[in-house]
Amino acid sequence: MSELLTAYARVAGEDVIDHLVQLAAHYRDLKVVHVNSTRVGGGVAEILNKLVPLSRELGLDVDWLVIQGDPAFYQCTKGIHNALQGNAVNLTPRQVEAFEETAARNAESLRPQLEAADLVFIHDPQPAALLAQCPGRRGRWVWRCHVDASRPYRPVWRFLRRYVAGYDASVFSLAAFAQALPHPEYLIPPSIDPLSDKNVDLETDEIAAVHRQFDLDPERPLVTQVSRFDRFKDPVGVIQAYRLAKGFVPGLQLVLAGGSAEDDPEGEVILAETRTAAGEDPDVHILALPPDAHRTINALQRASDLVMQKSLREGFGLTVTEALWKGRPVIGGDTGGIRLQVVDHHTGFLVSTPEGAALRMRYLLNNPPLRAAMGEKGRSFVRDNFLLTRQLREYLTLGLGLLRGQGDRIDLEG
Amino acid sequence: MAPPDMPAEFAVRDCALIALSTGRRAYGLRELREQLQEVEVNSIYHHFWGGLIQARFEEREFNNDFAAWVRHTLHDAPLAERLAVLDPTDFPDLEELRMELLDLMDQRLDESEALHWMRADRPFEFIRSQIVTFDTRHRITSPQALAVLMPHLSTGSIFYHFIDARRRAPGQVDDFRAWLEPFGEEAAGMRQALAEVEPYFASLGEIRQRLAEAARQALGGTAA
Repeated sequence: MSELLTAYARVAGEDVIDHLVQLAAHYRDLKVVHVNSTRVGGGVAEILNKLVPLSRELGLDVDWLVIQGDPAFYQCTKGIHNALQGNAVNLTPRQVEAFEETAARNAESLRPQLEAADLVFIHDPQPAALLAQCPGRRGRWVWRCHVDASRPYRPVWRFLRRYVAGYDASVFSLAAFAQALPHPEYLIPPSIDPLSDKNVDLETDEIAAVHRQFDLDPERPLVTQVSRFDRFKDPVGVIQAYRLAKGFVPGLQLVLAGGSAEDDPEGEVILAETRTAAGEDPDVHILALPPDAHRTINALQRASDLVMQKSLREGFGLTVTEALWKGRPVIGGDTGGIRLQVVDHHTGFLVSTPEGAALRMRYLLNNPPLRAAMGEKGRSFVRDNFLLTRQLREYLTLGLGLLRGQGDRIDLEG
Repeated sequence: MAPPDMPAEFAVRDCALIALSTGRRAYGLRELREQLQEVEVNSIYHHFWGGLIQARFEEREFNNDFAAWVRHTLHDAPLAERLAVLDPTDFPDLEELRMELLDLMDQRLDESEALHWMRADRPFEFIRSQIVTFDTRHRITSPQALAVLMPHLSTGSIFYHFIDARRRAPGQVDDFRAWLEPFGEEAAGMRQALAEVEPYFASLGEIRQRLAEAARQALGGTAA
């Protein structure tokens, strides 16, 4: 077994790797391609940065292609993203034009690889229009939606549906996100990579360095939310909850750490709003981190007594998974994929308001043994269900399902 | 090929299960009943057994998703309790199980007027699954070899041979016991020990551990 596979086996279990090896054996002579819109920043790029090398290590022939767009294109796709999450965002004719033009322009260079592939995963709305640009495709195409599309703004969903209905299958993170489409809709939660800089175990001096770097007092309680500065992540609501809790836990410190992904033009606006809400409070630390600050984020999560993810809408909430993996209980918004991970009284608490979040902060900060017990459960839950190895297994299974038939049961021989 | 009086080799298979949306959801008991009547039978299988191999919190309070949803979302304890005691292996097939589920829901709708209009804040999402099975190329020729290999089987193999087998095999018996049958008295103790392992509530990893322990004990604790 290679060094990389041995490292995964050490964390996830040898049987998990054996399983992948067996599934991968059925991909001999097949070409797999993933397509998204950025190599850096955001959960999708993070997953692909690890999923692709792991797939190759298992012997798969995999490519990762990235489409390039101009500002009008990213304004359009940000609008689509927000509309899928329920915001009434209308696309301008110029944005629609940019969406189609970008697909056509990118297809000029990507078409030979895409049309020759046996299995193509198109991630999120940005590259969705590529399908129509590849009339000579020979493989199966899957649209992977990472967004909470449970209550989309219908005019924009109808626009996007025109592009995704022609795929052979789609993948949603939760059943609640699945929209009516004329093809099989698979349900695959995303995952984290236990060996990445963001999740790997750290020495205590690396955590201490983060305390010093951001002027955090290691003797006082610390609550952290790691998220893009995005309205749906409710950073202002987190500050409100912190203020309510601080009345009872005077030493409380809050970190709001995030960065703007390359394809997120709204980030700066929300960051400014968050800074205004924090005012001059020296115990509120708003950190706009570069997209590669993975070890810093890792250390901040480990330095925290508990982690918040008070989202109002959430696709899956990988920051929740990361925190649970580090043995930290999570106070999460009662929405989307957070519900799948935060189990009340077991791995953390689900909340709907800043008041609810404040109450749970006080409860957990006053009960260290409970925090430790919850942290242990959370880590074990993630190990069993939300590591990269599980997600790859499901992609491999889905691919075999699509390539070998559509029955409920596919028996592979050899 | 094995001689006619010798049991055949046990071919160890593995499997992976993947969930698919059916597009059906229910916000109340009446709607749940209506959708249950129509939904493909594979979805009923998924909601009884899929939880063992899909992402789910490990402490399973109920052995099927219908009972859990009725208890935690619709907050109706009597129906949840009645649904929770259903053992799918008591029914000759999943259509019979569907009829029993419908009967229990009808009975509860007769008992409680409120349940006709009560609406849950989170819907019950009907999910189905696709199972891909494959040959591991491991072959077992004796009960002793089975006991040795048991703790090393993948959770997918445990699901396939111990859980999924109940749907495939006549008499709804798991593959291990079915294969041990021709060994007669030699394997009677192991068959009995494996039969006592509870397929509900535990995770597949825990089930594997219990099967391994049962097999080991049945051989007098000699399997290493």
